[in-house]
Amino acid sequence: MGRAMLEVRELSKSFGGLKAVDQVSLDVRQGEIVGLIGPNGAGKTTLFAAIAGFHAPDAGRVAFEGRDITGLAPHEICAAGMVRTFQITQPFAKISVRENIMVGAYLRTADRRLAEREAETVADTVGMAGQLDQRGSDLTVAGRKRLELARALATSPRLLLLDEVMAGLNPTEIVEIVEVIKGIREAGVTILLIEHVMQAVTSLAERVYVLNQGRMIAEGTPASIAENPEVIEAYLGHGAAKVLRA
Amino acid sequence: MSLRALLGLVGLAVAVVLPLLAPNYLVNVGMMVFFIAFIGQSWNLAGGFAGQTSFGHVVFFGTGAYTSTILQVTYGWNPWLAWPVAMAAGGAVGWMIAVLSFRAGLRGSYFALITLAFAEVFRILANSVPFTRGGLGMLIKADPRPINFQFRDPIWIYYLALLLCVVSILIAWRLTRSRFGARLVAIRENEDAARALGIDVFAEKVKVLALSGAMCAAGGTFYAQKYLYIDPNIAFGVDKSVEMLLVSMVGGAGTIFGPLIGSFALTGINEVTRWLASVVPALKNVQPLSLVVYGIMLVLIVARLPDGLMGLFGRKPRHA
Repeated sequence: MGRAMLEVRELSKSFGGLKAVDQVSLDVRQGEIVGLIGPNGAGKTTLFAAIAGFHAPDAGRVAFEGRDITGLAPHEICAAGMVRTFQITQPFAKISVRENIMVGAYLRTADRRLAEREAETVADTVGMAGQLDQRGSDLTVAGRKRLELARALATSPRLLLLDEVMAGLNPTEIVEIVEVIKGIREAGVTILLIEHVMQAVTSLAERVYVLNQGRMIAEGTPASIAENPEVIEAYLGHGAAKVLRA
Repeated sequence: MSLRALLGLVGLAVAVVLPLLAPNYLVNVGMMVFFIAFIGQSWNLAGGFAGQTSFGHVVFFGTGAYTSTILQVTYGWNPWLAWPVAMAAGGAVGWMIAVLSFRAGLRGSYFALITLAFAEVFRILANSVPFTRGGLGMLIKADPRPINFQFRDPIWIYYLALLLCVVSILIAWRLTRSRFGARLVAIRENEDAARALGIDVFAEKVKVLALSGAMCAAGGTFYAQKYLYIDPNIAFGVDKSVEMLLVSMVGGAGTIFGPLIGSFALTGINEVTRWLASVVPALKNVQPLSLVVYGIMLVLIVARLPDGLMGLFGRKPRHA
């Protein structure tokens, strides 16, 4: 077995006295969809931010495709082929969906026409072909989530970090976006995704990591995770595992 | 887009032909319209497209005016040759201010305030260092020959202002169709998202400030050559900063024609209020009346027309 595409080793990040991420390690191998779950405030988004260069970690190491990227700026990490999306969607409000996606596409080309064509292709992939001329601010929640995905995809990443792309969507929309994400993986992009909703993860991820209070408490297949007493307690409270078993 | 281009060409033709028939007074007003549109556009590149609102853009204007005037008066340079040097100086000051402010992480109103502070520092310096002749100001010897960047017939300075304005609009137009421009808009709309999508936010902001500074400095030299006199208050006074910002905001910040439309509107108001104050006795003591109207207009625009007068033209999301 070769080295993992993304290797996170003993990563820590504190804010004041709070250890938001505490010596976390994880691996993502090429071609996988890996889930990262955990209750609210577990530190998932902080971990993402530390991996993608938005927070400088206090300790630990991040390597992408064998290269140490710890402490690099977000734009350098993006250029290296790893891009993140935001849980709270950040559309460029005053410009069209097409122009939003083109910003991502411009990472790989300075040519406007090529960027435009790339934006249209990506919009097609995520099912936004009909909304190219809408303003970023005119999109629904589902539309914004797709736009986050599209912009990130337009940078031609090899690893995509998705932060709760399904939060706030209704069941139909979730089914749709799950299909989109599967399609992206089939096109050769490796995916690490944060999800709050367990079911969403089980339908996508081969492997799941569970973060609780800044620490990695479990790793395994979705099925094994769902039966892990520590995980159940993290979600439902102390003693819950025993009650459920009874 | 082609309709707009056509409108632009018709407007340009009118702007070229009309002054041949108009009295000198109107030619002078037209010169001011295009000149202010030009320096407004320099503000608009940084403040409108990239969202880096500056309150002290006059620092570039004054740098340009003083650089070319000192080269000319003290060192005997030809003003046409001093012009590009003045632009380089403005660009360098823009670069320096951007590096200092953005490295310190200043954004939004903090950036606006630091630029205001820089402009004030430059004004005070110009008042006290010997090579600017302090508060006495600098007088350029009148010698109206085109080789001296001075013209006997005001129509030539008018045409020069028109040319500057057209060039500035072409720069803005080019920007909206380039990767650099797309990145600036992304930075304006959301810096974090821009960063995540691979944009070196710091570098792009420094670049646009340098460009904007160079353009604004070109306006400074133009102004010095037109009036043949500058002093620290003219070259670095806060009112010019306000003017640049105002024409862009009124016309539509971040739009190609915003500064020009804003400049038309504000210069028009300026002339009308001046005339009103001279004929209506009750308004005689409200001086300058134009500032009162500007203020009211700005409040209305900010509250009702966040896209400026350009917003009146039903601005759909542009097709890139």
